[in-house]
This record gives sequence, C-alpha cells and structure tokens, in this order.
Amino acid sequence: MPTKSYREAINEAIDHEMARDENVIVIGEDVSGGAGCEGPDAEDAYGGVLGVTKGLVGKYGRRRVIDTPITESAIMGTAAGAALTGLRPVAEMMFVDFLGVCFDMIYNQAAKFRYMFGGTARTPLVVRAMIGGGFRAAAQHSQTLHPMFTMVPGLKVVMPSNPYDAKGLMIQAIRDDDPVIFLEHKAMYDMTGEVPDEPYIIPFGEAAVTRDGDDVTIVAFSMMAKRAAKAADVLAKEGISVEVIDPRTTSPLDVDTILESVEKTGRLVVVDESPPRCSMAADIAALVAEHAFHDLKGPIATVTAPHTPVPFSPSLEDIYMPSVDKIITAVKKVMK
Amino acid sequence: MQLSREDMLRAYRLMRTIREFEERVFVEFENGNVPGFVHLCYGQEATAVATGMNLTDRDKLSITHRGHGHSIAKGCDINSMMQELYGKSTGLCGGKGGSMHIADLSRGMLGANGIVGGTAPLAVGAALTIKTRGEDGVSVCSMGDGASNQGLVFEALNMAVVLQLPVIFLYENNGWGEGTSHDYAVGSKDIAGRAGAFGLPHVKVDGTDFFAVHEAMREAVERGRSGGGPSVVESVNRRFGGHFVGDPMLYRTPDEREHTREFMDPVKIFRKKVLESNLLEEAQLDEIDKEAVKTIEDAADSAAAAAFPDPKELETDVYVSYY
Repeated sequence: MPTKSYREAINEAIDHEMARDENVIVIGEDVSGGAGCEGPDAEDAYGGVLGVTKGLVGKYGRRRVIDTPITESAIMGTAAGAALTGLRPVAEMMFVDFLGVCFDMIYNQAAKFRYMFGGTARTPLVVRAMIGGGFRAAAQHSQTLHPMFTMVPGLKVVMPSNPYDAKGLMIQAIRDDDPVIFLEHKAMYDMTGEVPDEPYIIPFGEAAVTRDGDDVTIVAFSMMAKRAAKAADVLAKEGISVEVIDPRTTSPLDVDTILESVEKTGRLVVVDESPPRCSMAADIAALVAEHAFHDLKGPIATVTAPHTPVPFSPSLEDIYMPSVDKIITAVKKVMK
Repeated sequence: MQLSREDMLRAYRLMRTIREFEERVFVEFENGNVPGFVHLCYGQEATAVATGMNLTDRDKLSITHRGHGHSIAKGCDINSMMQELYGKSTGLCGGKGGSMHIADLSRGMLGANGIVGGTAPLAVGAALTIKTRGEDGVSVCSMGDGASNQGLVFEALNMAVVLQLPVIFLYENNGWGEGTSHDYAVGSKDIAGRAGAFGLPHVKVDGTDFFAVHEAMREAVERGRSGGGPSVVESVNRRFGGHFVGDPMLYRTPDEREHTREFMDPVKIFRKKVLESNLLEEAQLDEIDKEAVKTIEDAADSAAAAAFPDPKELETDVYVSYY
C-alpha cells in the first residue's frame, strides 16, 4: 500500500470528491492563494497556509477553489448559505482559534437549520480547521477546541489521528448531509502512513481500538491517541496491558466501544489536549461513571492541559501538553 | 415600468392579506394562542410585496425576525404559516421554528432569522450556489436598519462585491432598531450610501410607495440576473407597532404613531393612488378587502384546530443521518 502524509491524505480525499461531485467547492483564505497577484507563481501560491489544498485550483479552477478576503464570518456564512442551497462547500478556516470570529454562523445558523426548519433543510458543510499545540504559536493559534463544537446539537465533530483515518473521514465528511467540523492536528501534517489510492469511507461514530489490552482502557483523541500508543508500549514492557481507543469522532461518540472496553479492563484513563473543564475527558469520565460504575475497579483518571491559555515559551508549552510521561503516571495511578 | 392591472390587483391583495395576518397575530398573541416572541411588519407591506413580486421560486430570499410579510409575498402557504406561529405540527417547520425561524425552502424562502444581520452572509452563500451552478436566479437578503450596523453585514457586502454575486441587500429602514432610533444608531445616517461605499450600485426609495420599491427591486433583480453583480436597496418605511408584540413603545409619541398610521400607511397610499389615477375600481378593492379577512379567518381557524407536535418530535430533525 502506498505511504502518504496526513496532509496528502486530506488533499487526496478532497480531490476525489471534487472529481466525483461538481457541487463540492473549496472556499477560504489562500486555499489557492495569489488571487489578484502578479508574481510568477501566483497561481496556487499557497494551496492553503500549510499546503493541504495545493494543486486543487489547477484541476478545478477558481470557480470551485475560491480564495476569499480575510473575513471569517462571511466565509462561514457564505459556506453555510451555499450548503443550504445545494453546494457541498469545504470551508478552510485555518486555525480553530479563528472560529471564535464566526461562531454565530456555526452554532446559531448551520447547526440549527435542520431542526428550526422542521427537517426540511440539508446543510452538507465541512469546516476544516487546525488544532493543537507544540508549534510555539501561543494562545491564539494553538487551541484544541473540539469540546465547544461537540456540545452543539446539529454539528458533527471529527478529529483524525493518522493519515488513513484522515482520508476516509474526510470523504465521509464531504458526503455527509450534516455540518461537520473537521479538526486537523497541525503537528501531524507530515506524519506518514499507509493510505490506499482509491476512495473509501470511515463512518462517523465508530471508534478505532488501536491496541487490545486487559488492564487499563485509555481513550485518547487526535495526536493524543499517538501519545497514548507510545505510553502503552512503555507500559507493556512493565507488564501492564493497555487497551487504546481512539473515538475518531466526538460527535457522534461511540460510547458502546468505550463501555465494553471498561467492562473488560475495569480501569479508565482519558487523555485530551483541551483544558479540563467541560472537556471530552470530563464527558467520557461522566459517561463511564454513569453507565459502568460497577465495572470500575477504582477511580477514573484524566490527563488534560491545565485550565490556562496555551503559553508561548517552549519551557511552558512543553509542560502544558499532555505528555507520554503524564499518561504513564496516570495509568500507574489507576493500577494501584 | 407600467404594471399590469393583474399585477396591481395582486399587489393589493398581498398587502391586504399581510395587514390582516399581522392584525390577527396581534390579537391571537394577546389571546395566548401564539407563544413566544413575535415581531410584526404592519406598515412595511409595500416593501415585502414589491420584493416578492419581482422574484420566482428559483430565486432565494432570506428574511429577518420581522418576516411574515416577506413570507406571504414569497408564496408561503398562509395556513401553514399561521399553524407554525401557533406551534402546531402541521406548520411550515413542524412547530420547531415559530415566527422567528419560519422557512419554506421549496419556495426559495431560506428562513427568518433571530440573529440581527445573520442572513447577510447566508444570502451571499445562496448567490454563490446560483453563480457556481450557472443558474439565472438571484438571492435577496432583507434586513433592517439595525442590521446595517453589524460588522458581519459589512463582511457580506465586501464578499459579494469581491465574488461578483447576484445578491441584493435590501435594507428596510423602519425607523428603529428595537427601541433605539435609526438617526442615533446609524452614524452616517445614510444606510444606502454607506453600504454602496463597498462598491455596489445603491438606491434609497420611499418604502411607503409600492411602485417606487417595485421599480428599485426590479432594476436590482435584473442586474443580478444578467450577471451585473450585487446591489443595495434601502426602503424607508415605518413600522406601526413596537419591536415585539407587547412592546409598550415608550420611545414613540402618540402623535408620531398617529401620524404614521395616517400618512405612512402603504396600503392606504396604494389604494389612494390607484383610485385617483383610475387604475383600479373601488368595488374590486373592497372585494379584495373582504377576501383578505376571510383568508386570515380561515388560517386562524386551521391553526386553532391543528394538533401540537407529538412528543417524539423533540429529538427528530437534529441530523440528516444518525450513526
């Protein structure tokens, strides 16, 4: 099977769908780049700020790969209105932090059309945004805000942790008739993995059990799923058998797979890069406490960022992020 | 452009129907039959009707919380509208939207909106669909003077100009944003001029004059259809009532309200004009008046008789597909 990066996998998914369906468009700031510019390589100068949509304008033209002004609310609103009337926009919002500029269009508009209009509306919208720390990008370019979208009824929230999942989940996101928030971890764009050339779908709400184990269940999202896997490798050498679950989508959430695992292991650690309050870590801990309390052999542990903005200084950001060491410590704590 | 006799009769019928609808909703709100927040557009009928009559089902229309008139003029079923306002299962949105979110996508009516200015970028998006698919429709965004100050609307204006989309930004300047005067809140005191500064053709018309609004909208729609890009129309009218039903209107004087009803009533002005110019006969108009009363009487009866949604409807229609 060919090896591709997370970035290439997402690009390939959008490319497949643009070729398959004329209604799929890409819209956002610098999704091509160079609009109105005279540089020798102005066309496709950016291809997205991190190059995820590179090459699409050459295949599909500016009619379907639309560079916009820096105007997040209007991008989101335009994409929502276009989705409501029959297009399938993939809106690139760059950093998830910038969604703060246009939240009204997401949670009051796109998320609610179907319900408010009595089931008559379809809003096949994909909102792409980068999440995550580790780039020394400080408080307004490093957040991991998936819980804010997960709590809004009407939205689906996807956070792929590897290139294979990224492609299959993106194709599902574009074909899906509901608004999807597709969160790409910026530290994973160069991560490579096996990705088939042909299109395929990964359904939403189906967790991946990325490692079987008997002693402890770890639930972890996006890049934290990778760190959980590394922690599990270390712990295996110490004789602790860890099961790792990557839910892949936070809305819908595959609760059954998590509960079945806890039923087997009796112990749970949830790892999430977002701050702790009202987080997925808190949510999953609550779900397990409510539905699998009698299967638990001890208290649940969570490993999250602290309740602070993301710091700039490397020395601070390194301790802000949930690390492999912190995950190992949490597992050992629940094993006691 | 000279309107046909049929068009003028249709315009009068629509305006009278909207007036009856709003007067009746006021009464039924007081009676406890219409729950929630309700914003009436009486006094603004000419703008809604002049807009709707320039559009077809292939054109899109996004409206405000004060949207009953535009809904009727765009062809929404009046019984289903009244049922929706009553919160009944047979309403246009199954009772899940109400007055502030009433929609009929099959008619190109993309929904009333509870967020001031929220419709502007959505209308731009609808215009993007039209342009991307090479269709010949237009997208109209109806907003108030209050929305004219929202940053999001400025972004939408710029986006429409940059992408050269067939969208018409229709500002209904009805005098107040909630309880604050347009003259206070609009810094430049010139909505059309300020919007036009984004690079669009713009015009300000007397919103109490159906014929003036019709002509302005006709030109803007024609421009959009023929690939001429976006336009701005500001229609200056005056709402008869408060911001919402129940608003004691402490910010208005009794004299002003009386003057508005007497001299700024678009239905009265239309009637006077067509009779003085011998364009229509009084007996015909009287007949339409009676029909309008009957139409709304039937709508209210149908809404009273309809059932509330089944409890199982609480959790449906959140998503198209569940997993």
